[in-house]
Amino acid sequence: GDDAGGLRPRGRAQPQPFACRKPHASSPAAGSSRQSTSQSAIMIPARVTHNQSIGPGVVPAGVDPAYDAQYRVRGPSTHCGAGRPFCVAPGPITHTQTPYVTGTTVLGCKFKGGVMIACDTLGSYGSTKRYKSLERMRRVNSTTVIGFTGELSDFTYIMTLLEEMNTNDFCEDDGKELAPWEIHSYLCRVMYNRRNKFDPLWNSLVVAGCKGGRTFLAMVGMIGQHYEDSHLAAGFGQQMARPLFREQHTDDMSEEDARTLIESCLRVCVMRDKSMINKFQIAKVTHEENSPTICEPFAVSTTWSFEKYKNPSEFAPGCW
Amino acid sequence: MSGIGTGYDLSTTTYSPDGKVFQVDYACKAVDNGGLCLGIKCKDGVVLGVEKLLPFKMLVPGSNRRIAAVDRHAGMAGTGLAPDVRQIINRARSECSGYLSFYGDRVPAQILADRMAHYLHMFTLYWSVRPFGASTLLAVKDFDGYSLYLLEPGGECQRYFGTAVGKGRQNAKNEIEKLKMAEMTCEEGVKALARIVYATHDEKDKDFECELSWICDASGGEFRRVPKALADEAIALAVAALDSDDMDQ
Repeated sequence: GDDAGGLRPRGRAQPQPFACRKPHASSPAAGSSRQSTSQSAIMIPARVTHNQSIGPGVVPAGVDPAYDAQYRVRGPSTHCGAGRPFCVAPGPITHTQTPYVTGTTVLGCKFKGGVMIACDTLGSYGSTKRYKSLERMRRVNSTTVIGFTGELSDFTYIMTLLEEMNTNDFCEDDGKELAPWEIHSYLCRVMYNRRNKFDPLWNSLVVAGCKGGRTFLAMVGMIGQHYEDSHLAAGFGQQMARPLFREQHTDDMSEEDARTLIESCLRVCVMRDKSMINKFQIAKVTHEENSPTICEPFAVSTTWSFEKYKNPSEFAPGCW
Repeated sequence: MSGIGTGYDLSTTTYSPDGKVFQVDYACKAVDNGGLCLGIKCKDGVVLGVEKLLPFKMLVPGSNRRIAAVDRHAGMAGTGLAPDVRQIINRARSECSGYLSFYGDRVPAQILADRMAHYLHMFTLYWSVRPFGASTLLAVKDFDGYSLYLLEPGGECQRYFGTAVGKGRQNAKNEIEKLKMAEMTCEEGVKALARIVYATHDEKDKDFECELSWICDASGGEFRRVPKALADEAIALAVAALDSDDMDQ
């Protein structure tokens, strides 16, 4: 076999699995065996092929120079991390491997006179619905709101970066503030550069705002991918909600129509996404002064009285 | 002037026989040549004012400010060499943001004043740098309330109820001492400061602009410029008081 995600020593031929070097092949070893005419009586245990980054196998040091050579220390590696966790061999740096407290989808759409984004207020801990009153959308400044999916702690960090930029604007005191597209551009660079260091901020962010007559709605992902559109979603909503947006959204919808559309998309999302709860907020930005508002949490009506749901175990006795 | 510190005034690292560091004294003289900068702590906040002398007629009004916020809850006004004032303000900004990112909270007044005093003092210890030729007034709101500090080129840092530096400071300090600051609100403080700035302005000098900023309950605990309406009213009252003084004489 070959090792999963194989880290091979660079510049070396693939190590061959081999059996005992004893002349008689009485004990077949794991992997293929190799005929040997050597009369040596050294018993070398079979080399088990595995991912070499997890360290030497069962061959003791000093017995097989070729084998030892693979694990020779390659000199001071100041920047190289430990590779995968619990490794002895250096490898690419890997930091963030998995998010912990996560938010699910964020939806956004423009309407005539502004833009609104919506999300639920759940912070999941794996599949546990752990934090049910999480503010997943925040106001950035007087023209911009931002919503996140993914890891909460990374978003908290992003908010401290944005808060620092706001303080700089405040101290500069020239009447100018960062525009929504400037914030989006800044976040794109932050996300992309973190991804280049193999230490991403595990978020997809939706940035929405209105300034100087221009309505802005865009998203940035954890590898720095970004785009701007009249309607978008981050997370599961990309599959669930965007088709509905494509059918029904127009740029000059009224605010009430946009809100109805968003609520119907939220209904679809909450009925299909198992890591979502029926408690939503909508953030709205218009062209007026200091307009970002985030409404109080509300629920959408859901209906489960579909015929096929009535006796779900009818054809599957024994389940509930 | 050239005979005063002969030989002992060439470097910050040299004492004179009577125990002075002349370079620091000379830095203070640079401050004395700058426009008046004053501040008072009223019962609900701190007001800072600067008499910004305008050497050229072509300057755009409102540019080249001497008062700036260093964080939302703190601000500085300075006088003396203007680039030195800017450098001190920049350093204070980075102290504030460094404290916030390390401790997660806004820097308290005492700690910021202490750090800035250390920074200014450091420049009086080494031969290769010169002391700052600027004094700054620091106004901060923290959990203890509002405070006003004066930072001088030698690194001295004192907390004040009211003080003034720069040209005409003695007259200004006399006027400030007459004010009952503990009973004044910041609106009244703004008017009092404007009156003092205009009253102590030397006629021989050129035009000047009066910058006013405050941090008080009325500004939401944030360091902001005094709202234009109030500032204009204060300046109008100050000019009127000056004219009526002239007429009395």
